[in-house]
Amino acid sequence: MWSSERLRNVFYQIALLLLIGTLAGYAIHNLVHNLESRAITIGFSYFGQEAGFDISEKLIDYDPTHSYGRAFGVGLLNTLLVSFLAIIAASLIGLAIGIGRLSPNWLLRKLAGGYVESVRNVPLILQLLLWYGVLTELLPPVAEAHRFASIYLSQRGCTLPWPVAHAGWWAALLGLLAALACSLFWARRARRIRDRAGHAPRVLWPSLAACLLLPLAGWAAFGAPSEFSVPLISGFDFEGGKTVSPEFIALFIGLSTYTAAFIAEIVRGGILAVGRGQTDAAEALGLSRSQRLRLVILPQALRVMIPPLTSQYLNLTKNSSLAVAIGYPDLVSISNTTLNQTGQAIEAIALMMGVYLTISLAISGLMNWYNHRVRLVER
Amino acid sequence: MPITKNIARSLAALTLGVTAGTALAGPTLDAINKRGTLVCGVHTGLTGFSAPDRNGKYAGIDVDYCKALAAAILGSPDKVKYVPLTAQQRFTALQSGEIDLLSRNTTWNSKRDTTMGSVFPGVWFFDGQAFVVNSKKNPKVRKLADLNKASVCVETGTTTERNLADYARANKLTFKPVVFEGQEATEKAFQSGRCDAYTTDSSGIAAMLVNLPSRADYTVLPEIISKEPLGPMLRRNDQEFFAIMRWMIFALQQAEESGVTQANVLQMKAESKDPTIQRLTGASGEVGKGLGLDADWAVRAIQAVGNYGESYDRNIKPLGLTRGMNALWNKGGLMYPMPLD
Repeated sequence: MWSSERLRNVFYQIALLLLIGTLAGYAIHNLVHNLESRAITIGFSYFGQEAGFDISEKLIDYDPTHSYGRAFGVGLLNTLLVSFLAIIAASLIGLAIGIGRLSPNWLLRKLAGGYVESVRNVPLILQLLLWYGVLTELLPPVAEAHRFASIYLSQRGCTLPWPVAHAGWWAALLGLLAALACSLFWARRARRIRDRAGHAPRVLWPSLAACLLLPLAGWAAFGAPSEFSVPLISGFDFEGGKTVSPEFIALFIGLSTYTAAFIAEIVRGGILAVGRGQTDAAEALGLSRSQRLRLVILPQALRVMIPPLTSQYLNLTKNSSLAVAIGYPDLVSISNTTLNQTGQAIEAIALMMGVYLTISLAISGLMNWYNHRVRLVER
Repeated sequence: MPITKNIARSLAALTLGVTAGTALAGPTLDAINKRGTLVCGVHTGLTGFSAPDRNGKYAGIDVDYCKALAAAILGSPDKVKYVPLTAQQRFTALQSGEIDLLSRNTTWNSKRDTTMGSVFPGVWFFDGQAFVVNSKKNPKVRKLADLNKASVCVETGTTTERNLADYARANKLTFKPVVFEGQEATEKAFQSGRCDAYTTDSSGIAAMLVNLPSRADYTVLPEIISKEPLGPMLRRNDQEFFAIMRWMIFALQQAEESGVTQANVLQMKAESKDPTIQRLTGASGEVGKGLGLDADWAVRAIQAVGNYGESYDRNIKPLGLTRGMNALWNKGGLMYPMPLD
C-alpha cells in the first residue's frame, strides 16, 4: 500500500493538514488563555450590542440604536460600492490609455505615456489626499455652491436632484435590466445566425432601442412618476436631493485613476502580445483600424490580459481600505470605531481580514471562471 | 483544498503573531528596573499634553507624569522612552506589553476599566467634550442647538464619536459625523471647511487654536456635552505598579497643596516640621518603602517636573485654559490627594 504514490501523497496532505490544524489550535488556545488571564473580553457577542455611533453615508437604514453587526454591514456595503464603481471606471480609463499608448498619433502616445508614468509612480495615499484636498479646499462652502441647473458642487460634495421613491422608478430599473439581458441574449443569437447563415442581424440598434423603450414602458405602466426631490440650500446643508460626499468622490477618482495606470500597461502588453501577423492579415482582409482592434486584436489580447487584470482588481478592492485617511466610512473605518469602543481588537481585525479575503477570493473566482471561458481552445 | 490550506495557514500566522506579542511575564516594575528605561505611550502631538517642543523633546502634562515616574523609579527623568500612539493604537500597545503605561489623555470609563485588561489609577486632568465653529463662516452659531443638521468632524478611536451620537439622540438633533483617523487629518478637514464644527475634548480644541494664526475666527461653543476624566492607564493585575502610579498622582498634588515646589523641595525636606511634608519627602514615615521604592521617590519626581500646579502652569496655562475642575479641592476644584501616612 505504501508503494502507491497516490496514497502516499494523500497521506502527506492529511499529515500536513493535521499539523497546521494542531498549530492553529494551539495558537488559538494560547491566545484565549492569555486574554482571559489579562481579563480582556473575547468573543463576538459585541456584534449584537447597540453601536451608539452614527455613520454619515449608508446604503441601508442605520442609526446609532442599531447593532455593531449592522454598522459592520453598512461599512461593508460602502466598501463594495466604491470598489465596484472604481473597478468599472478603472477598466474603461485603462483601456483607453492603453490603446492610446500604441496610437500612431505622437501627442496622444506621449500623453498616455506621461499619464502612466506619473500616476503609477506616486503612492496612492498621497494621490487620495491630493484629490481630497483639491475637493475640500477649492470647492466653495454650501452658501456659495457652484450651480449647474439643479446640480450643486460644494465642500459638502456633489448634490443632485433625485427621484422620490415610487414603484414607477423601480419598474424602470427592472425594465433596464430586462433590456440588458435581452440584448445579451440577442447578441449571442446573432453570432450563431452569423456562423450559420454568414451574415448577422443588427444588434446595436435593437439593443439601444430596447434599453430606452423597456424602462420607459415600465415607468409609464406604473404611473409615470415625475416627482423629483430637488436640492435646496437650507442652513448648513442641502435639503432634499442626493449628495455624493467629497470623501466618496475623492476615493473613487483616486482609486480608478491610479489603478487605470496599471491596467493601461496590461492592455498595452496584451495588445503587443498579439502577433504582428494578425494585424497584417486583418489589414489584408480590408478591415478598418477600429474593426481590426475590436474584432481581431482585443479579443485575442483579452486572454493575456485577464490574469494580471484580476490582481489589479484585487489590489483596488484592498486599496479601498485607505479610505479611512480621508474620512470615508468604509469597512476599515467602521471596524476601527467598533474596535475602539469595544476594545476587541483581535476579533475586529480578524473579521476585517476574513472579509477582505472573501471579497478577494470571490473576485478571483469570478475572473478565473471568465478566464476559463475565453482561453484558447486547443484542438 | 489549496484554499482551505491557505486560510488555515494565514489564521495560524495571525494567532501566532498575536500570542507572541502577549506572552510576557512578570510585573511591570521588575521589567522597568531590568531594562533601565520606562516605556511610556504618549500622544503623537497634542500641545500641552504631549508634543515635541522646540528642541524636539517631548513636553506636556502627560509627558511630565512619565518623567516623574522615571525619576521616582529609575532616578532620572530622562530614562523614558516615548512611544507616540494614535487613539487607535493605544490600547493594543498597552495590552500587548509594548509600553509600560499609557499616559495619553485617555478617558476613564467603565469599559476600559473592566473588560480591556487595563485599569486607571486616577485622574490626571478633568476635561469635557466641546465644539468649535468658524464664526466667520457661520456667524449665527452661538450654541449647540444652532448646529442642527451640521457636518461635524470627529477623530476615530475616541469616546467623542459616541458622545456626539448620544447627545444628538437625547436632544433630538441631527449631526453628520465625518470621521477621520488621526487628529491632524480631522483638524485639517475642519479648517478647510469640510465640516461646520469640530468636536473633541475642550483641551484639544484649545491646543488646536493656540497653534492657529487665524484663531480669532473661531468660537468655542459654551456647551460641554460629556465628562472626560483623563488619566494614565496600566495593565490589570499589577498591584505594585498600580500603587506607584496612583500615589505619584497624589504625591504631586499633595506637593502643590503643601506648597512644596521644584525649587524648594530639598529645603522643605531638610527643614519642614509639617508631618505631611515630612512623609511626602521621605523625612519621616515609610511611604516609599510601601511602594517598593526608596524614601526619596517623591523628592526626585518633584525635582524633575515640579508639583501638579507647576506642571499645569507650564503646560496647560499657555493654551488659555483656567484651572477650573483641575484646581485643588480647597481651591474650588476636584483634585483631592488622598492622605499620606
